[in-house]
Amino acid sequence: MSTPPLVRVVEREALVYARLWRGLAFTTFVQPALYLAAMGIGLGGLVSAHSGSVDGLTYLEFVAPGLLVASAVQLAASESMWPVLGGVKWMRQFHGVVATPIAPGELFSGFVLWTALRSMLGAAAFLFIAAVLGAVPSAWGVFAIPAAGLCAAAFSAPLAAYSIRLESDVAFPLIMRLVVLPLFLFSGTFFPVSQLPASLRRLAVLSPLWHGVELSRAATTGDFSPAADLAHVAVLAACVGASAVVGVRTFTKRLSA
Amino acid sequence: MVEARALTKRFGSFVAVDAIDFEIEPGEAFGFLGPNGAGKTSTMRMIGCVSPRTAGELRVLGLDPANDGPQIRARLGVVPQEDNLDTELTVWDNLMIYGRYFDLPRSEIRDRSNELLEFVQLSDRRDSRVDPLSGGMKRRLTIARSLINRPEVLLLDEPTTGLDPQARHLLWDRLYQLKRSGVTLVLTTHYMDEAEQLCDRLVIMDNAKIVAEGSPRRLIEAHVTREVVEVRLAVDADMPSEVARLKRFGDRIEPLADRVLIYADDGDSVATAVNDDGVAAISVFVRRASLEDVFLILTGRSLED
Repeated sequence: MSTPPLVRVVEREALVYARLWRGLAFTTFVQPALYLAAMGIGLGGLVSAHSGSVDGLTYLEFVAPGLLVASAVQLAASESMWPVLGGVKWMRQFHGVVATPIAPGELFSGFVLWTALRSMLGAAAFLFIAAVLGAVPSAWGVFAIPAAGLCAAAFSAPLAAYSIRLESDVAFPLIMRLVVLPLFLFSGTFFPVSQLPASLRRLAVLSPLWHGVELSRAATTGDFSPAADLAHVAVLAACVGASAVVGVRTFTKRLSA
Repeated sequence: MVEARALTKRFGSFVAVDAIDFEIEPGEAFGFLGPNGAGKTSTMRMIGCVSPRTAGELRVLGLDPANDGPQIRARLGVVPQEDNLDTELTVWDNLMIYGRYFDLPRSEIRDRSNELLEFVQLSDRRDSRVDPLSGGMKRRLTIARSLINRPEVLLLDEPTTGLDPQARHLLWDRLYQLKRSGVTLVLTTHYMDEAEQLCDRLVIMDNAKIVAEGSPRRLIEAHVTREVVEVRLAVDADMPSEVARLKRFGDRIEPLADRVLIYADDGDSVATAVNDDGVAAISVFVRRASLEDVFLILTGRSLED
């Protein structure tokens, strides 16, 4: 019985994670608690005092599924930039991987799969804390975890495919500030996109994060609309698929030229 | 084990490897000797199936890298020029992870890792992180890692570059042991002493081409006299006239920046003659001819340039 190459790549990442998990516990558990306390309870109290609810939910119930996916995506984005460039250029361990039977494209797939899995770990911790704080009304809420994983992959795949081509990390802070942060703020995370002017509302639909947030919110509230939810899944899957085609090429070009 | 015919690698219009032919036999230690930029690493990467050839034929372990890369890589060990160990992990974890890349069962990786750490004398560092290890230890770990799949061919790209003499000798000793155990060694180097120590047979590369091939001894016999007299001239010496004077002492002379090499079969008598002649020399000494001289004569340049 042979283990698929991309699983062997995931094994390495999981081992590094297992060795370093104490250092990562803060970002995994404390950060969601801080977010939920500030946004859900602090800001949420203000919202409740004024309008009572958002789309029929308390503000905490509204914002928790959004933050859950948004923080998974933030993690996935940064994990798919610096570590990828490090793997090819600074630490160079990717060159060690492709000298074994593992091909560059398999390294790419394994890397993105791991990023999605790791994001799901974070999402699970987030969901747990949100549930404790009473922000998850439905037991369907567990499906917010795969929604976060899929959305994380939709960011990880294109960013890893891009980062492998670079020689320096100057572009990374710009991507975080000019792409990831605006999406974080305007993808229906903190307020419904219906609050946006009509023109911007249409742009929000282009954001993979918006699709992820919609799926996550459907799960935590138990309020599914099958056609729309399937469409969200399809859009995210298409992002992953298209980026994977590119990523296999860019990884191959950089690591075995 | 490895067979190349008109093997060529181009990057755009740059020709890194220009139609070279060579054949590596099972169990031998085969070297690519040449200065930096001669095409050695590009050749190694093609053999290691991490760089597709542009033209020509290449067979590794009887297979074609263009189609059977993963199968070939499963049977190769690779020690790259720059270490690419997992610095976030321990020595032991590095071996475990690398073994898993080859899909070996964990119990087997554990057994082999214990043996290999013993072999490269790192058993006492197994739980240390990689970062604080010395350059020589990292190299030895890289070698242990490259042997985790019991490779039939071990590719070593500049294995001792950057190491101090003691670390180099330890490494050479380990490589010699490996050769005795039947592993085919393929190495690149720009150190002629390394090539002489380790290689049964080697090719000399320069400007993407192979300029000579043979055992170290045969190469020296074929291209150089037995001995070399090195005449180090005084700083204020008039180079052209001194060189002209020295010409008559040997079969061939090679003027360098600060000294003149005189090739002769009987070095001692030439040295005596030079001394008696009153040449403006700081020192005159006789040494055995080396691969460095072969390279100098074949290319007109020194290896270290």
